[in-house]
Amino acid sequence: MKKQNAQNALTPTGATGALAGKKHPLWSEMKKNRSLFLMLLPALLLVLLFKYIPLGGIVLAFKDYRYDLGIVGSPWVGLQNFKFFFLSGTGLRVTVNTIVYNAANLITSQLLSLVLAVVLNEIWGRRFKKIIQSVSFLPYFVSWILVGAFVYNIFNVDNGVLNHFLVALGHDPINLYAMPSAWFFIIMIFNSWKWVGYNSVVYIAAITGIDSECYEAADIDGANVWQKIWRITLPSIKPTVITIVLLNVGRILRGDFQMFYQIVGRNGQLYDATDVIDTFVFRSLASGGDIGMTMAATLYQSVLCFIIIVGVNALVKKIDSDYALF
Amino acid sequence: MSKKHPNRIRASNSMKLFQVLGYLFLLLIGFFCLVPFLLIVSASFSSETAITRNGFSLFPQEFSLEAYKMIFRFPDAVVQAYGVSIFVTVVGTVLGLLVTAMTAYVLSRPDFKYRNQISFFFYFTTLFNGGMVCTYIFIIRYLQLKNSYASLIFPTLIDVFYLLIMRSFMKAVPISLIESAKLDGASEYRIFFQIALPLAKAGLVTIGLFIALNYWNDWYNAMLYISKRSMWPLQYMLYDMISSTQMMAQLSSVANVSVMNMPSQTLRMAMAVVATGPAILVYPFVQKYFVKGVTIGAVKG
Repeated sequence: MKKQNAQNALTPTGATGALAGKKHPLWSEMKKNRSLFLMLLPALLLVLLFKYIPLGGIVLAFKDYRYDLGIVGSPWVGLQNFKFFFLSGTGLRVTVNTIVYNAANLITSQLLSLVLAVVLNEIWGRRFKKIIQSVSFLPYFVSWILVGAFVYNIFNVDNGVLNHFLVALGHDPINLYAMPSAWFFIIMIFNSWKWVGYNSVVYIAAITGIDSECYEAADIDGANVWQKIWRITLPSIKPTVITIVLLNVGRILRGDFQMFYQIVGRNGQLYDATDVIDTFVFRSLASGGDIGMTMAATLYQSVLCFIIIVGVNALVKKIDSDYALF
Repeated sequence: MSKKHPNRIRASNSMKLFQVLGYLFLLLIGFFCLVPFLLIVSASFSSETAITRNGFSLFPQEFSLEAYKMIFRFPDAVVQAYGVSIFVTVVGTVLGLLVTAMTAYVLSRPDFKYRNQISFFFYFTTLFNGGMVCTYIFIIRYLQLKNSYASLIFPTLIDVFYLLIMRSFMKAVPISLIESAKLDGASEYRIFFQIALPLAKAGLVTIGLFIALNYWNDWYNAMLYISKRSMWPLQYMLYDMISSTQMMAQLSSVANVSVMNMPSQTLRMAMAVVATGPAILVYPFVQKYFVKGVTIGAVKG
């Protein structure tokens, strides 16, 4: 009895205390700056509607989704969906694929962009430099659909450039769609291709920020261009490189759905080798598959991603807080 | 000449070697960035028989406009898809830019008390989200937006990355200016539209172009939410044409040509040119804004 009384006594004051301490200033701020809050309103509503409210669907990871019963009405099944996702072997396969592809893509595409930026920085021809920078940025500009058209154009068995080239050289034509292992490299190449110009912009900006006195001093000391790159340029942009790598590591469990979907397409033979979490999720959604398991896969990905990115951000903060995400 | 350092000779030799290698490397990059486009354009201007015989090549074979004639003989489908793409791009860009600019402006105001908390409210959506399935079920089942243009525009109207870039553009608007305008009795809206927006013009152009490019290149939303052919944007129509033979069959039936006689390879490539052409044509003029946007995003994002 006493306990209850104490609780009763506590709650209201606690609540009003919280109100007075937290809600009230926000409320008065909203009154004072009504127009500013009104200007925020459309964006807040959009994000609420398309990002926060759909989060409620996460509960489906623990339910057996039935269309007729809806999200709320579908029965709970505990961790069944997760069990299914991992015991079928799918979970491990798509996770490994996602990590391996992202790691390989990260290394190749960043390395290529870095080399491009360094070379562009040292090259003499101003005009040539500008042209190459524009041209290398072009792939970013086109949609993945067009990249899909390129892939078709180059690799298709009957009319593809590759096979006609092979035949002209006296080889037998090959059907790459029956060779899953080749697609690891094809995806890597197209990924580097699409992002080379875009990524190099970041490095070029970092290189531009290097104090030109360093280079002048090196010139006077008789350093050659390789030494300058090795001793000045690369060490100076090391923080940028490290942060970019770390930020990409933070996204290591997110597959680039558009890229995988457009390059691999609906070639079932390639799924084992090229399925990442995102394409798996899409396919089981599109085929009307097990929504519960699909949601389990998504939740597993989102939670791990969140943990990784928070960890990575803490690391970035230590290295260079300017580059920290939050 | 006389002022040159003695070491200059050695340095310039290694520099020469570097320049040669550098030029080769850059030419190679340039070549590979352009070649796929050349392949597509040349295939679209080739005759179907030459392509079937020799495959795709860097230069048109047996120059022919057959594929383009085929597309424009019954231009309804293409014109309609163009209409959808233009409509979605224009409406999406105008609304997206307005909302992004307004939000970024408020969040950039140093006197706005809750700017950090609200910024994080936006930012959090990039850290944790429910993915494709949640959004899909919500939009289809609860918002009932299947086969509506709203589903092509609103889900991607706000991009947090662009919001952050825009915020750093808006930070260039001096607070003293805002305060003196306030003293003169200008309303917050008037300050935004007549002072902040004109000062952030460079940011508006940059972010506007990013948003427009995203809408123009979007096929993902169309794939998820649009099943009516007449509502497909250009990119998705192109995708359908490249990946399936259905479109070919449909075209051949309206054109009264048997599927066998359809210039299907060249037609696919001509469609790719028609769908991508406008974007490529404006590219040289807008490229510098994209570079600027990426640079700012890299530093401040």
